[in-house]
Amino acid sequence: MNKVTVSAFVSGLIFSVGLLLSGMANPEKVLGFLDLFGAWDPSLALVMGGAIAVGLPAFTLARKRERALLGGEIHLPTKRSLNRRLVLGSLAFGVGWGLAGFCPGPGIVATGALQPGAAIFVLAMLAGMFVFRILEQRTH
Amino acid sequence: MNIDWNAFTPISALAGGVLIGLASAWLILANGRIAGISGILGGLINRERGPEERSNHGWQLAFILGLLAGPGVWALFYALPPIEINASYPVLVAAGLLVGLGTRYAAGCTSGHGVCGLSRMSPRSLAATLTFMCGGFATVFIARHLLGA
Repeated sequence: MNKVTVSAFVSGLIFSVGLLLSGMANPEKVLGFLDLFGAWDPSLALVMGGAIAVGLPAFTLARKRERALLGGEIHLPTKRSLNRRLVLGSLAFGVGWGLAGFCPGPGIVATGALQPGAAIFVLAMLAGMFVFRILEQRTH
Repeated sequence: MNIDWNAFTPISALAGGVLIGLASAWLILANGRIAGISGILGGLINRERGPEERSNHGWQLAFILGLLAGPGVWALFYALPPIEINASYPVLVAAGLLVGLGTRYAAGCTSGHGVCGLSRMSPRSLAATLTFMCGGFATVFIARHLLGA
């Protein structure tokens, strides 16, 4: 255990509590937000709003810093291209999100809350990521 | 549009969002890493076992363990909030496969593109976020209003 590991654990823990508090970890709540044409629950727009209100100054600061507080490099994404992979991948993700109401983080948090359905979702999600790995190896 | 005011929980949604933002701010400023859940999971199951990828496994695993530990820590102080999963197991499997495959192709999900990417004002993340939101809206519209599930 070093400082980097402990720090990542604490970040994950706060992230998890945020997902629970916000309602994002509850698939029915998420589907209520995605049901734009039914009885719409706009709450989750505020989750993203609250997160970005804090994230915006933090990432602006991160861009200006040479190194992270724990001494490592700051790894900011370098991809810029808007391509088919991005759009089709996001579309497939959105369809999956709309089917069950889970995106990756809440799936893991609900698994931590010992929900069997969430564990099944997470195992299938890991399988999907594994399929991606195999497909990528074939093409490269 | 028809707002369900009974279900609307603005304060807990905003407060939870602020915590998610703080966790992401912490990870980028202290660790220099993006709090993108699909990217972190993808890194853990990546094929490339070079020295650099392996050196990432420690913090990636710690972050995921933090996510898993959240409900347990919460339950020490308060009753857990409701987690209602109404999808059948086959639907959960299909959803999981689509989410796993899709987020890896898109190189990000709600956290990496939606929170961190929009906070960086990345046009790529904005495109991804609009696309998966539309995918989600369309899927729920078809499932609830066209098929009546």
